[in-house]
Amino acid sequence: MVVTDIPTKIVYERPEALDPRVTHYCPGCTHGVAHRLVAEALDEMGEVENTIGVASVGCSVFAYNYFNIDFVEAAHGRAPAMATGIKRVLPDRLVFTYQGDGDLASIGMGEIVGAASRGEQITVIFINNATYGMTGGQMAPTSLPGQVTSSSPTGRDVTRQGHPIQTAELLSTLTGSSYIVRRSLHNFRETRRAKKAIRTAFEVQKQGLGFSLVELLSNCPTNWGMSAVESRDWIEERMLAFYPLGDYKVSSAVADIKI
Amino acid sequence: MAKELIKGNTAVAEAALRAGLEAYFGYPITPQSELLEHLSGRMPELGRPFVQAESELGAINMVYGAACTGKRVMTSSSSPGVSLMMEGLSYIAGTEVPMVLVDVVRGGPGLGNIAPAQGDYNQIVHGGGHGDYRIIVLAPSSVQEAVDLTALAFDLADKYRAITCIMLDGSIGQMMEPAEIPPMQPLKTDIPDWAVRGARDGEKRLLTSINLDPPAQEAMNLRLMTRWQAIERNEVRYKGYYLDDADFVVVGFGTAGRISLSAVRAAREKGLKVGLLRPITVAPFPNTVLDELTEKVEGFLVVEMNAGQMLEDVRLMVRGRKPVEFFGRMGGVVPFPDEVLTEIERLVKGPRTTDGHPRDRWLARLAETIG
Ligand SMILES: Cc1ncc(C[n+]2csc(CCOP(=O)(O)OP(=O)(O)O)c2C)c(N)n1
Ligand code: SF4
Repeated sequence: MVVTDIPTKIVYERPEALDPRVTHYCPGCTHGVAHRLVAEALDEMGEVENTIGVASVGCSVFAYNYFNIDFVEAAHGRAPAMATGIKRVLPDRLVFTYQGDGDLASIGMGEIVGAASRGEQITVIFINNATYGMTGGQMAPTSLPGQVTSSSPTGRDVTRQGHPIQTAELLSTLTGSSYIVRRSLHNFRETRRAKKAIRTAFEVQKQGLGFSLVELLSNCPTNWGMSAVESRDWIEERMLAFYPLGDYKVSSAVADIKI
Repeated sequence: MAKELIKGNTAVAEAALRAGLEAYFGYPITPQSELLEHLSGRMPELGRPFVQAESELGAINMVYGAACTGKRVMTSSSSPGVSLMMEGLSYIAGTEVPMVLVDVVRGGPGLGNIAPAQGDYNQIVHGGGHGDYRIIVLAPSSVQEAVDLTALAFDLADKYRAITCIMLDGSIGQMMEPAEIPPMQPLKTDIPDWAVRGARDGEKRLLTSINLDPPAQEAMNLRLMTRWQAIERNEVRYKGYYLDDADFVVVGFGTAGRISLSAVRAAREKGLKVGLLRPITVAPFPNTVLDELTEKVEGFLVVEMNAGQMLEDVRLMVRGRKPVEFFGRMGGVVPFPDEVLTEIERLVKGPRTTDGHPRDRWLARLAETIG
């Protein structure tokens, strides 16, 4: 038996902010990836015991089960308002919402625009998976033209069912927003960039620089009727064209943040 | 402290602030706006959060978030705005966090008008939002009483982790009267154990209204209802006028109660033995006193500024043992004391019946007057 005394170095472990339990998400769903990125950012910033999350209504309704932090659960679409209430009375805590696209860009459009335009000092993690996951894959405000969903069985007909909403672009037009970017979780490279954006968004809040939102192109293999791998390809081939990745609003103060 | 001439809405706003209101979220709507306007200046002056929300949906959900931190929080609105808040109220009830709502009721349904009314009684007292929950409802009939009930509203909300609504009608909100506003109280310093704080003590807290397991949800429903029973036992408030020797009793809350008092006094001057029962808490409803009165008196007249909403609660308690009659004005029309006096005289003179429904008889009379 060879005995070595090579010191071991931990290069990868579960973030402290993440609870060690199996999630209810479908296999291959990127909700879990997004959770991990948020948890890593909170760990790195030493904010695990200073953060309040606001869960929304959608597949991530139970997000609070997977984080070792304080959480509240909002009504469908109202997470930005709830986060506003918390942040205004506890301004020294980090407050973030975690919302799907039906939640944020359909029923909650009023609340997100209100919060962004007020320059509310909160961070929004916005999961764009082009569908209503939890309720069975109906058409979302983000579903692509022609996309077949359970409520657009012949494909989204934009003449009858309207056009998808480009949330990052829309919110970036508001003077109140400070940091609005779109990233994707479909491959490792983009996932790493997403992580950095999430970290930056939390730094924006910590430094009191205003409203921050990271839109994450995500998948829903279950309701898209694809394997996990196919769904990642679908993001790359279909979603990226309509939802270009990029920084849509980076206020001058935010541009100086170095991570 | 001296009395000052002050508008109801402003008085309630200032009283809330002095009772330790730590954050206010609202949206403009007549006849409530002075409340929001007053706090838009005063709250920032004191370094306390004030947000004019994007809508009543926004406002109530901001209140929801802030209430989760255990602070004293409030919103105010008027009927159409309160309808929008129903979603949030149900969530807040389901999460068992305390808050105060002021509803300055106006004429409806729909956009209706901005005149004083009491048409939100059913929505506020008997629900409005989904699911099994009750809220405490205080119904002042003067500016001073509104002020006094404001501090109580916060105390009750904290004590029972409940929603307390101060239900004003537009006239109490808009009217100027002399009132004394109590001195400034210090802000609450103790944070309730359930409140979220960012796990600063190393303990993770979760506040939610979701409960996928029906038996667990039922246990929660049971807790809410048991708490409501305690509220019914401990918190009933009402004012009785000339009840000791009364043969007939008028029942009315808020402005309708106040107008009825004038009518009752006029009836007394005419030698009629009439009294007034004015519920101050319309929820919990003063059932016991009503039950006792039913044994003693010969009949009741319910007066409201709606189509007879509290009337049903009165009838439920009287249970056909004595005749109940109704008089109301709707849609923002405020009854005159003379009209109420006429109704009292009709009741006293008879004939009286326990048959049929008092609303049908009243509607027939009303159609003759205004139709
Ligand atoms: C007021 C209200 N309307 C409808 C629903 C039903 N509902 C639950 S989740 C959901 C859609 C969520 O979709 P999305 O935000 O895209 O999140 P995902 O499930 O895709 O992660 C809907 C419509 C609800 N809970 N509340
Ligand atoms: S339904 Fe879709 S979004 Fe929801 S967990 Fe499954 S894969 Fe993810």
